[in-house]
Amino acid sequence: MTTTDAPPTRPPADERVASVGLLKRLLVKPELGALVGAVVVFVFFAAQSSVFLSPAGIANWLDPASTLGIMACAVALLMIGGHFDLSAGVMTGTSALTVGIVSVQFETSIWVGIAVALVIALAIGALNGFLVVRTGLPSFIITLGTFLMLQGLNLGLTKLFTGTVNAGGIGATAGFESAEAVFASSFTIAGQPFRIAVVWWVLVTLLATWVLLRTRFGNWVFATGGDEVASRNVGVPAARTTITLFMTTAGAAWFVGVVYAVRQTSVQANVGIGNELIYIVAAVIGGCLLTGGFGSAVGASLGALIFGMTQQGIVYLRYDSDWFYFFLGAMLLLAVLTNRAIRRYAEARR
Amino acid sequence: MSGPEGAPLLELRDIGRDFGSVIALDGISTSVRAGEVTCVLGDNGAGKSTLIKVLSGVHQPSRGELLLDGAPVRFGAPREALDAGIATVFQDLAMIPLMAIWRNFFLGSEPTKGWGPFRRFDAATAKDVTRRELAAMGIDVRDPDQPVGTLSGGERQSVAIARAVYFGARVLILDEPTSALGVKQAGVVLRYIAQARDRGLGVVFITHNPHHAYPVGDRFVLLKRGRSLGDFRKDEVSREEITAMMAGGAELEDLAHELERPPS
Ligand SMILES: Nc1ncnc2c1ncn2[C@@H]1O[C@H](COP(=O)(O)OP(=O)(O)OP(=O)(O)O)[C@@H](O)[C@H]1O
Ligand SMILES: [Mg+2]
Repeated sequence: MTTTDAPPTRPPADERVASVGLLKRLLVKPELGALVGAVVVFVFFAAQSSVFLSPAGIANWLDPASTLGIMACAVALLMIGGHFDLSAGVMTGTSALTVGIVSVQFETSIWVGIAVALVIALAIGALNGFLVVRTGLPSFIITLGTFLMLQGLNLGLTKLFTGTVNAGGIGATAGFESAEAVFASSFTIAGQPFRIAVVWWVLVTLLATWVLLRTRFGNWVFATGGDEVASRNVGVPAARTTITLFMTTAGAAWFVGVVYAVRQTSVQANVGIGNELIYIVAAVIGGCLLTGGFGSAVGASLGALIFGMTQQGIVYLRYDSDWFYFFLGAMLLLAVLTNRAIRRYAEARR
Repeated sequence: MSGPEGAPLLELRDIGRDFGSVIALDGISTSVRAGEVTCVLGDNGAGKSTLIKVLSGVHQPSRGELLLDGAPVRFGAPREALDAGIATVFQDLAMIPLMAIWRNFFLGSEPTKGWGPFRRFDAATAKDVTRRELAAMGIDVRDPDQPVGTLSGGERQSVAIARAVYFGARVLILDEPTSALGVKQAGVVLRYIAQARDRGLGVVFITHNPHHAYPVGDRFVLLKRGRSLGDFRKDEVSREEITAMMAGGAELEDLAHELERPPS
């Protein structure tokens, strides 16, 4: 495209480039800290509890990790894109309740409820994104607003439609078997049933990683989170990227909400509240920067895995489960500190 | 030296731009012709960057008219200007520090391969082109995966220039592209500007250095406090006049006297 007088040959090996060792190459990966953390946690519990390593034990800690991991991947993408979504937790409840209310109160197929829940979730996500893009206000505040509004709506509408604070009877709706096969069935390995959500989690992690690292959209996510004005100036559709990310988080919340509704067949109106912070914790343990522009989906999934292993491991070791949150908080601090140290080291030494 | 006749690529008629109560630009008229270099000169805060941001779609003019190939246009976003073949090196370079050089190079214009849902960023091509274009500028990147934030200021500027030259099909805008460059690299950039001009591009070049502006410039627009002090063709002014207008000549001599050590 350009006419230049210098020959376009590859320059010979540069004496200024010290050969970058494998270790250093690994160190610049955002997920390294979470990988080390996951191994340490795994070894810690595996060494002390034989149940932890048994097929039943593994299935037990993979289960909470899977639904959390699906959310953490979406939240990680959003954080890399420079935003938070505090309404992500309550939105899983909104989806689950919508499935219950629509399919039971309106006596339709559960699939209608699932479809309506999807439309509602995506609309909330689009609204979050639109408000953030339009106002330029921190997403923290905007989604705090939608969080509180949804919390009220979940309770109010559930009471209005069911007269109680829970939406039940989902198991008796038309189409329940097929929905169960997709969202809440099990598969068996070595005689031990595992939740199908584990498979969805792995697929979501792979898909999110591919999108982030191998597509144009992924490039735009990193750029929008890194410097929104600069990326707009070089032609990145930053507003569209941001709105898509909020809708992705909402889509993940829809999925996890449906899984919950189909598994439990009865949904409490306060379900999901408080989980939004756990998603962010998993993403941060996975190497996401709070300031955006850096992070990984694999890391977020490893963060979710650490969460699942710890939650169940503490039970196996017969510790008081109160220690769980202390441990989680300590993990978070440790992760933030190591990630920062690693990034400084890696960037200085490249 | 003057370019081909006919409608200019870009024409500004009485362009003005306000930021709230601040009048950053007012009554600016000039043209950018194919095969010509238009230099925009002026003090700090004169409105040069604001002017080129109007041309590149970052800001929309508050007053006046912008014409592309003789027809009025309104760039609502940088993307629209880019699609019209207008590429810009912004003063702040518009690069993402934590992203790799090759990702920055193609940001917003990523090459893809594959089809439908499998369409993906063609990373191999992107890395190859980045390395080649930078090597042609005399910058050999150690590693295209290096984050841009770890490059030296001059290297970063070179990447931004190489990117604009690669993507600028019709108009190339450079906002103080040589401010962080050594003598040799600045020479390379001036040669790039001349080459772009010879290929028939219209170039808008902002600089504080009259020795850079005069040799390549065909037209000089002088800004002061948001207003135009004139729009000159090269045959209407001399290098000395340009230097003087840029508050260079006399003031520099005074400064030299002022800075000399007092005789002890
Ligand atoms: N977004 C903005 N909001 C408010 N004022 C602005 C904005 N952008 C520019 N200005 C004002 O417009 C004036 C011109 O700024 P501009 O950046 O165009 O100057 P410049 O000629 O490029 O200066 P320099 O040589 O230092 O780069 C300045 O007084 C600046 O404060
Ligand atoms: Mg400027």
